[in-house]
Amino acid sequence: MAYVPLADRDSEMEMHHPHTWIGRWVFCQDHKVIAIQYGSIAVFTGLVGLILSLLFRMQLGFPETADYIDPSFYYQAVTMHGMIMVVYLLTALFLGGFGNYLIPLMCGARDMVFPFMNMLSVWVFLVSVIILMASFFVSGGPTGGGWTLYPPQTNLAGTPGHDMGIVLMLVSLGVFIVATTMGGLNYVVTVLQYRCRGLTMMRLPLSVWGIFIATILALFAFPALLVAAIMMLFDILLGTSFFMPAIIESGAPLDHNGGSPVLFQHLFWFFGHPEVYIVALPAFGLVSDVLSVHARKNIFGYRMMVWAIIAIGGLSFIVWAHHMYVSGMHPYFGFFFATTTLIIAVPTALKVYNWVLTLWEGDIRLNAPMYFAIGFIFTFIHGGLTGLFLGNVVIDLPLSDTYFVVAHFHMVMGVSPVLVVFAAIYHWYPKMSGRMFHEGMAKLHFWCTFLGTYAIYLPMHYLGFLGVPRRYYALGTTDFLPQSAQDLNTAITIAALFVGASQLLFFINIIWSLRNGPKADPNPWGAASLEWHTPDTPPKHGNWGESLPTVYRWAYDYSVPGAHEDFIPQNTPESEEPTVDEQHFDPDQDESLADV
Amino acid sequence: MSLFKTITAKPWETKGVIGGLEAEGAIDAPNEKVALSVFLVVASVVFSLFTVGYFLRMELPDWQPLSEPAQLWFNTGLLVISSVLFQWARNIVNTDDHKNVKIAFITGGFFAIFFIAGQLLTWSNLQEAGYFMTSNPANAFYYLMTGLHAVHLLGGLWVWSKSSIRLLSGRDSNDVKLSIELCTLYWHFLLVIWLVLFALLSNT
Repeated sequence: MAYVPLADRDSEMEMHHPHTWIGRWVFCQDHKVIAIQYGSIAVFTGLVGLILSLLFRMQLGFPETADYIDPSFYYQAVTMHGMIMVVYLLTALFLGGFGNYLIPLMCGARDMVFPFMNMLSVWVFLVSVIILMASFFVSGGPTGGGWTLYPPQTNLAGTPGHDMGIVLMLVSLGVFIVATTMGGLNYVVTVLQYRCRGLTMMRLPLSVWGIFIATILALFAFPALLVAAIMMLFDILLGTSFFMPAIIESGAPLDHNGGSPVLFQHLFWFFGHPEVYIVALPAFGLVSDVLSVHARKNIFGYRMMVWAIIAIGGLSFIVWAHHMYVSGMHPYFGFFFATTTLIIAVPTALKVYNWVLTLWEGDIRLNAPMYFAIGFIFTFIHGGLTGLFLGNVVIDLPLSDTYFVVAHFHMVMGVSPVLVVFAAIYHWYPKMSGRMFHEGMAKLHFWCTFLGTYAIYLPMHYLGFLGVPRRYYALGTTDFLPQSAQDLNTAITIAALFVGASQLLFFINIIWSLRNGPKADPNPWGAASLEWHTPDTPPKHGNWGESLPTVYRWAYDYSVPGAHEDFIPQNTPESEEPTVDEQHFDPDQDESLADV
Repeated sequence: MSLFKTITAKPWETKGVIGGLEAEGAIDAPNEKVALSVFLVVASVVFSLFTVGYFLRMELPDWQPLSEPAQLWFNTGLLVISSVLFQWARNIVNTDDHKNVKIAFITGGFFAIFFIAGQLLTWSNLQEAGYFMTSNPANAFYYLMTGLHAVHLLGGLWVWSKSSIRLLSGRDSNDVKLSIELCTLYWHFLLVIWLVLFALLSNT
């Protein structure tokens, strides 16, 4: 089929090429620059979250030495660490960072549908981060009510940051939701409307599917947090009683009366559980692509992978109350949510099987992105299995609020997505920067992170079984906790400090390689999806030069029998498909085809 | 192509270009309209969650129903007129009747402003009658939900004011047509939301 330049589509989008440094790097409407801005702000905020975690780990591991950490600061650090990591790092990085970078490139588009709104989104996100960080500098400091912000505790005088800290946190979340909605509308409409010619929904790489469905979840789930935040702000600032019950503070009754704290919990977790999948689904998508490219095989069960993403997205809205088993709910209510929670394990397990089957008999290239991707399969299985424990009401009740829960959610939505973040950054770094990173340093970074996080979280499961409660500033001396529990805490802190420090390897590597790395081939991994076939590396503003690409196949044509190379780019027409000369073709001689 | 057909396609089997110049499955509507439709779903989620919160909070013993002021019927009338005028502008936007398009679109917006003024008046009357936000959760929900609806309307009025200026200056006729269409859609949406809220507040 002849190549038809899409002149009519091209004219649809006016490209505003920037001419100044500020236009190029600050107020830029190019989705790739916005992605890097989003990613940088998110990673910076994440570093603050990481440092906070190291500080409170010092208190847990070395309570005598870390006397500069008082109980108030401990609670503030724990709270801010949680909220920063879940919302301001992972959500922003996956949707704002990877979503922005990859959606237009993988869809064969020049940019997002609404570039101006896209730019506005990143600036509003920055405002939300500034408001959040401002809470460190106001009287009373940031809120220390735990990342779940449960009233009435968060709003009472005994909790640090109960005056300005919690207000700034809620306002910051509101502003963040505005940013996410602006970005989210862009991602959804771009995927629906700006796919290039021939690119059907089922030809999209799984990265786009993961980000697309996660964005829809974000658009539907964040309103619950917004509603909760608005009502809580009313309770704090205007004296209403949406959530605040009749309560005595410091011996004196407050003006509130009759509010329902459990209502807040429902609203919070109606956001909070889909939030887990807002983080997980993009990670699922990205890791699928990394595994497929470096195993030189098509992703196993592509359709099922798409269906699983959709099914998980749908189910994620009807499992929220499994975070509230101890709130005193009706047993049948708990039964319902335990059932839905266990059902969600089916599509999730299906994805895990498919990742493993993608590796099966693949021509695996064990390079740094693949290390992280395979590491993810380990940590995700681990965190997923402990989720099955906690999904059951009877097992959850004794384990609730222990370190077992902390270990579970850190494995499943902390370590696992972060490993994918690293896999994805290393995988797409050559396209983003035009340079190669240092492979050895990246692998060292992997081993430090992978083994180090296991050293942190594996013992926490044991602490949880012992009954060590989470969120406690100090354990004190209790009969049921042996000295070994304290020793384990010390070991965990040492591992955490080691993992924290080893992230320097990552930053040194990617910053050093920006200037000094060897020039990257436009498609160093031999990948088939569109983003690796731009005319320039890194892609210029507008991505595709004169005319948009046309797509003739799905994104996973790897090791196709009879093909000249072990991948066929999505934009290669059938007629131009490079094949080996049939007379010289001997499948037994060709290793990559021997098992086909 | 139906959703079912889309997600049951076997992409590894079919090669070659599928679909026309636009990618298969793209919605045949301006991108702005698609985005607005998605946004309307998001806004509906916000209002539904407030409604769910309303019902759950209503169950608790301290709830004292608020008798809504009769003036709300008058305000509702203003919003209906506003929506009807927008619809009129949208119906004749493709004709040569430029004068009436301007009249309908601009007066439509003013009726929405009157509606907001009317809502503020009910607020002030309720305050004078002693129905404060803090005195009862029913009052708090009343102020919160009507306020949130008014904020959405203010957002619409911002777009309306920009479009009105362009309409009066006679520039960008195609853009203005789209603006009028989208404003009309948004106004109808907010009218429906208001009718649901009004029914909810009046009957509980």
